[in-house]
Parts: sequence; C-alpha cells; structure tokens
Amino acid sequence: MTYRMTVSPDFTPEHISGWYIFNTWFQKTLGTGIHLELYDDFDSQRKAIEQDEIDLIYANPYDASMLIREKGFRALARPAGKSDEAIVAVSADAPVQAVEDLQPGMRLVSTADPDINMIGMILLEPADLDAASMQANMKQVDSYPLVAQKLLRGEADVGFFLKDAYRDLAQLTRRNLRTLVESQIDVIHHALLVGPALASRQDEIHDALIAMGEDARSRGVLEAMGFEAWVSISEEDVEFMIDLMDTLC
Amino acid sequence: MDSTETIEPAVGSWEATIEYYDGSSRKALITDIETPFPDGKLIVSRTDKAGVITHVNKAFIYMSGYSEAELIGQPHSILRHPDMPKLAFHDLWETIENGNKWHGYVKNLRKDGGFYWVYATVIPNIRGGEVVGYTSVRRKPSRTKVERAMEHYREMRQEEKS
Repeated sequence: MTYRMTVSPDFTPEHISGWYIFNTWFQKTLGTGIHLELYDDFDSQRKAIEQDEIDLIYANPYDASMLIREKGFRALARPAGKSDEAIVAVSADAPVQAVEDLQPGMRLVSTADPDINMIGMILLEPADLDAASMQANMKQVDSYPLVAQKLLRGEADVGFFLKDAYRDLAQLTRRNLRTLVESQIDVIHHALLVGPALASRQDEIHDALIAMGEDARSRGVLEAMGFEAWVSISEEDVEFMIDLMDTLC
Repeated sequence: MDSTETIEPAVGSWEATIEYYDGSSRKALITDIETPFPDGKLIVSRTDKAGVITHVNKAFIYMSGYSEAELIGQPHSILRHPDMPKLAFHDLWETIENGNKWHGYVKNLRKDGGFYWVYATVIPNIRGGEVVGYTSVRRKPSRTKVERAMEHYREMRQEEKS
C-alpha cells in the first residue's frame, strides 16, 4: 500500500527538495511506499484532508488542531527549536513606527496561512483593528515573497509574514521592509502527524524520527529540511497547544 | 486611580482590601504604576479546577513580578486588583465552569503593587470529556477598550458598594 504525505503549504521554497529527500529516506526506513504531495495553497490541501486523502502531514498548528480533534490524527514529533511566530511588517519608508499608529482603512496583505493570519490579527488588536473591520481592505496572495512585493510596490500598507519565511526573503527585499512587531509566543509549532491508516505504525515512525541525526545520512536529510532534529511531542503537549489555539481564535 | 477601601494612604502607594466573591478578602499594597504589556508576547497560565496555578510562562513571571516558585500552588486570584469588580470574576467562573470560553479586559495586580491591563481569554481544559483545569491567555489590549472597561468596572464597583 502506498500512503500519502503532505506538508503545510507555508514551507519555504528552498526546502522543497529537502521534503523529497525526507520522503525517500522515510520510505526506505519504513519499507513502504509514501507519495509526497505538495499543494500550492491551503485550500487545495484542506480539500484533500477533508476527503481523507492524507495519511501523514507536517501540519501547521491551526490545521493540526482540526486533524487531531476531527480526523483522529496523532502528533508524533516537532522540529527542535522552532516555533511559529508572526511578523507584522511595513515598507521601510512607511510613516508608521508602531502598531498603534496603524489606522482603519489601511491595506493589509497576507497569505492564506491560518495560524499566521490569526496571530497577525492579534498583533493588530492594540490598534483597535480586527478581521471584521479590516475585511474590505485585506488581500490574500499565494506566497510570502508576494506579500513583500505588494508592500514594496505600495499596493499594501502592512503585511503578515511567517517569521521563518521573512528571514528567507532576499536580503535586498528585507532591507526595504521594516518589522513593526514580532510575536514571541514560543509554544505554538508545526508537528508531524499520522492519520488513522498509519496508527498501527505510529511507534515505529516516532522512533525513526527521533533517531534521525544519529547517522550521517539522516543528518543530511535533516539539514536539507532546515531542521536540527525531531523531538517527541506528548499528547498533553498537543492538547495544551490546541487549548492555546482555542483561546486565540 | 481609585481603589476600594483605602486604608493607609502613603506617598505613591496605599494599602487596599481586596474582596473576593466568596466573601474572603486580603490586604495589599497598591501603587499607580502601570507596567506596559510587552509587544508580541502572550501571558499564559494554567490552573487546576479550583483555580490554583499549575503552570506559568516567562511573560507571566515578568509581568506579575513574582518568581515561578511563588506562583505555582497559589490561587490565580493572587493577581486580583481592587479596581476589578467582584462580579466580573463571578461571570468568569460561571462561564468556564459551564465549559465555555470567557474573555474580557482585566486589570491585574503586580507583586510590587503596580498594575497591568490585559485582554484575557480563559478556556476549560477538557480531557477525556472531563474538565481538568483551565488555560488562561492574556494579550496586549487596545487602549480604547481598556478605557471603556475602566469606566464600566467603576460603575460596577459603585453598584457593588450600594
């Protein structure tokens, strides 16, 4: 049987090949066929999830909550030292100096990344801005480089970024942007989840992930993905993260 | 700033009695020094079903002025500021004990008597269908909404006194 794996579409382009390398390593380690399907956007990935087409997923925290609560997935591991943080940025020459300077009517650009949009909106609350009041002036684009492009062209006033994606922008692009505020939540992160079809092999998958990095080959795989290591995630850790996400929704 | 039942006025600080909904009370030193909420952070804590603190994050420790050891095992009401009406917390407990999410603007008391405003959300932690405790997350509030809350709480306290 061939299983299907996918990755939250907020992965950075330079790590695409890393996920294919991981998939090859994974298939060899488990001795089973796994097809890696990378979706271009959140909508098409969510449709595949709804139709139970996914067995393994590196999920963002927002989707992880839904997969665990509604689809019977289980979180096994998360990348060490990585948490999901949002950056609210403006063009470097924009007059605003702080979130509180943002005014109703300003144009917001973001991707469809659900947790970054949620955290981003929370970061705008001190300026009395929320999704309802912003709706008419919100634009969604397909990637973080496009968010940057909209800001630099003056087609938007403020943009939301996944912190890792912001760091991965070209240096020249980053130099022309300015961070207004950056989240420091620490406890919200992506995780690797297995679905019900692989439930009987979850211990084996968990142990293989945790052991990555013990030999040169798997260390190379981790490097290609931009990870230091996988660390275990307990059921209570996941429940806590989901509770926390619930408080933010 | 006004507080309930000022007892020993002193320069820059005074002692006030904090009254809880269950009829108990404690005295605390109060000052009018506000600690600004740090940008981008969330204050996170968890309690057991009785409201006793079981987990705090670094932002909680920084903003409250207590050490982690001083906080764990204490009732969450250690942060209760005398400017908060008793009824606000009654509403909170009634909401979460019914398994629902509560949110509102809260003025918290620091260990040093100062204060900080938050927008708080509290949810019940449900494990195996049972409520085992509560998670509270506080974020930076809008100043306009804090000002509205101050006015509202002042009126509520007046009603509680009468």
